[in-house]
Amino acid sequence: MTPTTIAAADAPDFVPGAPPPATLVADIWRGISRENPILVQFLGMCPTMAVTNTLANGIAMGLATLFVLVGSGLIVALFSKYIAHEVRITSYILIIATFVTLADMILAATFPEISRALGPFMPLIVANCLLLGRAEAFAAKVGPVRAVADGLGMGLGFTASLALLSTIREVLGRGSLLDHDLFGPRFEPWVFMVMPPGGFFTLGLALLGLAFIIELRKRRAGRIA
Amino acid sequence: MSHLAWIFVSTLLVNNFTLVMFLGLCSFFGVTAKIETAWRLGLANTFVLLLTAIGAWTLNNYVLTRTPFLRTIAFIVVIASGVQVVEMAVKKYFPILFRQLGIFLPLITTNCAILGLALFQTARHYTLVESLVFAIGAGLGLTLALSLMASIRERIEVADVPVVARRMGLVLVVASCLSMAFMGFAGMGSAP
Amino acid sequence: MTVTHQHGAPAMAAPGKGTPAWRLLVTLAVAGALSGWLVATVYDLTLPAVRRHAAARLEGAVREVLHAPVRWDTLYLVHDALTRTAPAGDLDQTPKAYVGYDADGRRLGVAITAAEPGFQELVTLMIGFDPATGTLIGFTVVEEKETPGLGDKIERDSAFTGQFAGRVPPLTGVKGHAGTTPSEVQTITGATISSRAVIRIINHAIERWRPLLDTWDRGGSS
Repeated sequence: MTPTTIAAADAPDFVPGAPPPATLVADIWRGISRENPILVQFLGMCPTMAVTNTLANGIAMGLATLFVLVGSGLIVALFSKYIAHEVRITSYILIIATFVTLADMILAATFPEISRALGPFMPLIVANCLLLGRAEAFAAKVGPVRAVADGLGMGLGFTASLALLSTIREVLGRGSLLDHDLFGPRFEPWVFMVMPPGGFFTLGLALLGLAFIIELRKRRAGRIA
Repeated sequence: MSHLAWIFVSTLLVNNFTLVMFLGLCSFFGVTAKIETAWRLGLANTFVLLLTAIGAWTLNNYVLTRTPFLRTIAFIVVIASGVQVVEMAVKKYFPILFRQLGIFLPLITTNCAILGLALFQTARHYTLVESLVFAIGAGLGLTLALSLMASIRERIEVADVPVVARRMGLVLVVASCLSMAFMGFAGMGSAP
Repeated sequence: MTVTHQHGAPAMAAPGKGTPAWRLLVTLAVAGALSGWLVATVYDLTLPAVRRHAAARLEGAVREVLHAPVRWDTLYLVHDALTRTAPAGDLDQTPKAYVGYDADGRRLGVAITAAEPGFQELVTLMIGFDPATGTLIGFTVVEEKETPGLGDKIERDSAFTGQFAGRVPPLTGVKGHAGTTPSEVQTITGATISSRAVIRIINHAIERWRPLLDTWDRGGSS
């Protein structure tokens, strides 16, 4: 006999406000598509514009954020039981800041050129609202495996968006991709693209494009239904 | 141009924190629907930036001298606590402002501009006076950018915008135009 | 079965109950200690690599600017005088000069770093200078954030950077034609401010360091 509702007393592990159950693959895919950090949630804007001037920088920032998302999600999920409610935000910030510092040091030791190009935006990952948001809304309320899956999904989504934006900016603004010259010496690069306004513009174009596609889908669905 | 004047003009205009250095964008896109909230938040940010400049300078010179690798953690924890204190003070002494700012006051903690100020100030080895001038320039630059964007957005609200461009798409293109305008300040302050 | 828990989902402490202050402090203290230990450990592990990279960069710049010296001495500017002994305290902040020698022990020149605002942000140069003849050997850009494609030509345009060899500071910039005297250099078309910044930085640096180096040469410091 399957009860249709469960009283709170019958499900002692029920956490109020916990995210609905889903498969791990669904958890990962959600971060890439429906809840994409940049294109849908508009979180983590600061690094987005600043580091997307080349593809290498964009991917490096994306992967660093992925590392911090997965690491902090895991630790928060493992220890949220022991962290008292009043100090949870400070604790999450501490955990996130630790992983960011680790990522920064490892990057400086292994890829010094990229570390210099990213500059102060590496430690600024700490201020990325995405991390605190995921820790508070998700990782604290689920088990470690799901938290890691969610961090992976969000990180991959973040990296994918950064890669898309940086590709556009680097190809148009420098005529190269990953420092490989694409168009030869006669190409006049659209310098605007690698400068600050280009960052805003590229993201704006991407969002306009996305809104256009969603609108098309809605109309097509409206016509068929 | 004297060094302090260059720091101020450069941070306010040439390297405006929001439109050129891409810091403080969450509030730039989130809070600029109405101009009253926008400039008030800008001033609240300026106040927090000044406190951060002093705090970061103190940490760098007296606490972190032997453990520079703890810098990020120390900064963010101090900022989080500082914002908590400011929040309590605003709630007690300016209750109307507190209600107006709402959730955006604690969100100042994750405002990249605050941490960014501390990190840039450290990287450039600014003295205390230079840091304070830097903070004032940054805060006023933030307020300027927020006010500009808010005034434009208020106008857009009553304009006939195509469905596809509503909300973020158009706002970002507007931001890119503002940023382009600020690029016109480049070269200001460097000797002829 | 509609149980909504995930396995391993921990139950959170209910808000509003008010946990005792000591528990809050213990949580924060433990978290802080663990985090500090982890960061310190990784710092120790990565420090050798980071130091190696920084030394390689410095070496690259000095080699380029002094035309491949075999070895160089580092002089520190302490209390307005040059000295061979490293001062106590933050070495990063102490201005330094690198005196390069070739295989025969002859002095090739002195490399100094200087930074000033350019078009967009600070431009940092390493300048090679021969105090004996009073001429420049060359310069290399350590750090710049000028306009890509225009201002950053101060780094990438070899026609611009190459003309500094053998010039006599203080330099003046001329537009549109090559320099006619040993103190003139041609600025980059479309990047006047960045070019002028380079000239200004070099002039100020030489002005600052030349008397110190002359004193040093006369044996004024140990």
